[in-house]
This record gives sequence, structure tokens and C-alpha cells, in this order.
Amino acid sequence: MLAQQLANGIVAGSTYALFALGFTLMFGVLRVINLTYGFYFSAGAFLALYLTAAGAPVWFALPLASILIGFGAILLDALLLTRLRRARAPELASLMVTLGATLLLYSTATAIFGTDIRRFPPAVFEGGAFEIAGVRLTLSQFLIVATAAASVAVLLFVMQGTRIGLAIRALAENSDATQLMGVNAGAVMRLVSFISGSLGALAGILVGLNYNAIQPYMGEAMMLKGFAVIILGGLGDIRGALIAGLAVGLLESLTAGYAASTWKDAVGFVLLVLTLWVRPAGLFGRAPVRRA
Amino acid sequence: MPASFDDFFFTYQALIYGVGVNGLLALSMYVVLAIGQLSLGQAAFMGIGAYVSALLTVKLEAPFAVALGAGMLAPALAAAIIGVPTLRLSGVYLALATIGLGEVLRIFYLNSETAGGALGLPGIPQQGGAWLIYLCLAIALFVFMAIGRSRIGRAMEAMREDETAASVMGVNVPLYRFGALVASAVLAGLAGALSADVSSFIGPNEYGFDQAVTILSYALLGGIGSPFGPVLGAIILTLLPELLRPLHDFRFVVNGLIIVIAVLYMPRGLLAWRFRRIGPAGEARP
Repeated sequence: MLAQQLANGIVAGSTYALFALGFTLMFGVLRVINLTYGFYFSAGAFLALYLTAAGAPVWFALPLASILIGFGAILLDALLLTRLRRARAPELASLMVTLGATLLLYSTATAIFGTDIRRFPPAVFEGGAFEIAGVRLTLSQFLIVATAAASVAVLLFVMQGTRIGLAIRALAENSDATQLMGVNAGAVMRLVSFISGSLGALAGILVGLNYNAIQPYMGEAMMLKGFAVIILGGLGDIRGALIAGLAVGLLESLTAGYAASTWKDAVGFVLLVLTLWVRPAGLFGRAPVRRA
Repeated sequence: MPASFDDFFFTYQALIYGVGVNGLLALSMYVVLAIGQLSLGQAAFMGIGAYVSALLTVKLEAPFAVALGAGMLAPALAAAIIGVPTLRLSGVYLALATIGLGEVLRIFYLNSETAGGALGLPGIPQQGGAWLIYLCLAIALFVFMAIGRSRIGRAMEAMREDETAASVMGVNVPLYRFGALVASAVLAGLAGALSADVSSFIGPNEYGFDQAVTILSYALLGGIGSPFGPVLGAIILTLLPELLRPLHDFRFVVNGLIIVIAVLYMPRGLLAWRFRRIGPAGEARP
């Protein structure tokens, strides 16, 4: 029983970590809280749904949807934030503009698709389940954990071990100096938008596949967990996002198992407020807490 | 009172209440924006005010004044719990902390038997009315006007321009942030309590994300150059969907669009209407 709870927690936690990864990367490098990020989660799931419904094989449709949303993220970033970046507007201005865009996108999507729950066509993802030491895992749950682990590993490798990663980290540190060193800041920013958009979409696709319930506002609920995860992990901290994501998932699962399942969704928010009181720099205290 | 006026009032009752309540909500947003901060908990604070005052009235039969007072105090407490640790941090933290409050409270209302669960709270007796809503709105506007011309108002404006510079000039930045947040929660709670009073029914789904963003769109449409801007924004955005029926289904699309356009192209508000004086360029950017 406990083992199953823990396994469920790790699966949920992996989705939070995967989702928060792109979100925290975006803040760490681009210095904006981009609230449209949650919409990439919904959009990814919808796109994957339509691609598979149109007959695309699932192994092709899922990565394609994720990549397309990545390009969408570049476009949205350019539309919403270029002007503010050029004017060096305060970060709350970019938060507000993406907030407005989020409401715009969600309500448009709801007007078009309605709020009905949609499902992948049957037999799109014949998983079956397997049992390890009394713990039941479906294939899609296994896929979620593996994807999250692989994404963190690849992202950490890219950030720490490649020249592109060096450019990204330099940009996060000091954008003016980085440009003077000959880095094409615009290109690096677009790359970061692309990576984080694809990660958000990927999380949405996998969650959609796992629960097989897709509706426009699914990204909004995820976003609230995302806030908790990135603040608990430290804003901009990739490893922090992984650990915090797993922590939120495990705590939720234990709350559902041993207290009441209705309070599961409050766990993230309580952790967020506690973090702000106790340790605003996040679990590892590495995130730069910018004082007023 | 002529009969025609009674008819008019009866027909447009909900709208008349709505304009006043939304005006108060717009002012509650204004207080925070005026010092360059962003709280996204206005809808949640409104919900706390509505539920606390309605519960006191319906379940405990508390006097109306007590219910109103508690409806203002409770959201202030919630704001303090969430807001105090963010007072010395970048403004992003307050925005992120408040944005989740509404959803958590929705879960709470839905699962609390006392709060009526998914069915909400029916049968709230009307003890105030339109006159009380507009009296509160007028008092709030007057207070903000008076503050705007005082030392406090200047300090708030300085903070909005440049927090570091303001603190160097001797403005107690964390104290002002705290004051603005609490004042905004009190106002939002009052708006919630008054709306519960006139609507006889409150439900758990009325104080969520859409409502929070809508309140922000009031303030950004009107601009925060003077307290009248947000109120005007609230009036327009409350009346417009009623006048143009086809617009009603897309009102959230419009509200979102207003925020995007206002922040990107018209930081002084879409109605660049300044009551007091014209500042230097870019002055009112929130």
C-alpha cells in the first residue's frame, strides 16, 4: 500500500518536475514569469490528440506536437515580450502581459473546443501494466518517469557541458556582457523559449495520455502546482525543480492516501507559502532572491 | 419615487449592484498597482469577504455591521499570512503567491459542509443595498484622492517609479507594501461582503482565476494615474457586455486583450485620463 502510494507520488512528481523544468528555465534565463507557459501544457495535449485522431502513429505524433508547441512558444514570446525587453520594463509588466494573454488564450480555446473532456482514440496507446515488487505501473506512467529523468539529464548536460549551455548560463548571468562577448542573445533566447515550450507541451501530452482526459483548462491547474514547484525548488534552479517536483508529488500522494484526497490539491499552495516564510531562496538556497 | 424609476431599478438591479461592487474591486487593485506591486488575490479576498460575512449572517445571525467588519478583517489576515514573507522580496513572489490562493479556497469551499459545498450558500438576507455599495465606493474614492495629495501618496508614487530610489529617500518600502496589500484585501473583502448581501446567493466558483484577471483588466483599462481610472474601467467593462450582447460570450477574451494592449502599448491605461497632473513620459507604467 505504502509502496504503491510512493510509486504514484513519483509518477505525479515526475510530471510536475517535467512541467516545472521549462518554467524555471524560462525564468532563469529570460527573467520573465511567462504565465502563458501553462497554456503550452494544454495546447500540447490538444495537438497530440488531433494528430493521433488524424491517423498519425503515436510515436510520431507526440514528439511532433511537442516540437510544434516549442515553435509556438518562440512566436508568443516574440509577440508579447520583445517590446517590453527593449524598453527594459519591470518584470511585473511582463508578468501582467502574459497573464492577459493567458486569459485570452484559454477563453478562446474554451470558445472553440468547449470544456468537455476529450479522450485519445481507443487503441492509440496500448499500454498494459506491469508489476514490480507488488507495485503496479502502466506503460504510460513508466514513460512519464523515464521522460522526466531523461529530460533533466539532457538539460543538465546541455547546460553544464556544451558551448550552447555556456551561452545560456552567461545570458542568465548578464545579458549585456554576454552580447559583447559575441553571443547572439536573440538566438539563445529563442532556443530557450523553444526548449521550455516543448517541455511544457511534453508534460501536457504525457499527462493527457496517462489520465486520458484532455480539456482546455488542464494547464491552469498544472500551473498552480508549477508555481509551488519552482518556488520550492528556487526560481531558475533546474535541479531544484526536479527535487521539488518529486517532493510535491510524493506529499500529495501521501496526503491523498493517509489524510483526505480532497486536500491533495492544497498541498502545493501550502508548501509555497511555507517556503516563502522559511526559505524564500528555495530548497537549495541557490536561486538569487532579488531583494526589493 | 416615480414608478418609471422603480421599473428601471428593478430591471437593471443586478447591473447597478455589479457596477458598484466592481468599482470597489478596481480600487482594491489600484492600491497595490499604485506602489508598483501586483497582487492576483483580489478575487480570492473578495470570496473570503463574501463567505465570512454570509456565514456570519446566515448561520450565526450576527448583526450586519459585525458581518461586514469580519468580511473585511478575514481577507486582511489571509493577505498578511501570504504577503508578509514577500515584503522584502522581488514583486514576482507576491504575484505568484496570491495567484494560487483562489484555487485553494475554491477547493475549501467545495469540500466544506459549513460553506455549503458545491451548492453554495443560498438565502442571504439583504440588509444593505445599492446605497451602501455606492456610499462605500464614494468614501473609498474620497480617501484615495486625499491620500494622493499627501505625503503618503507621494511616497507611493515614488515607489512605483523606482523602489530603490524611494527607499534611499527614506520611504519605508516594506511598510508601504504591507499597508497597500492589507488595504487592498480589506477593500476586496468589503466588495465581496456587499455583493453577497445584495445577491442573496454565493457559490464556490465565482472567485477564481477569470475573476482575478478581470479585476486587473478594470485597473489597466482605466489606468492607474488616478483612482478614478480603475473605477471608470470597471464601469465600462461591467456595462459593455450587457449593452453588446454578442460580446458577452467573449468578455474574458476582451478582458485578456485589454491587459495585453494596455501593458504593451498604453501603460497609462486605455483611457489615458489623468485627474491630477501629467507626469513625465512612461510615468504610469505599472
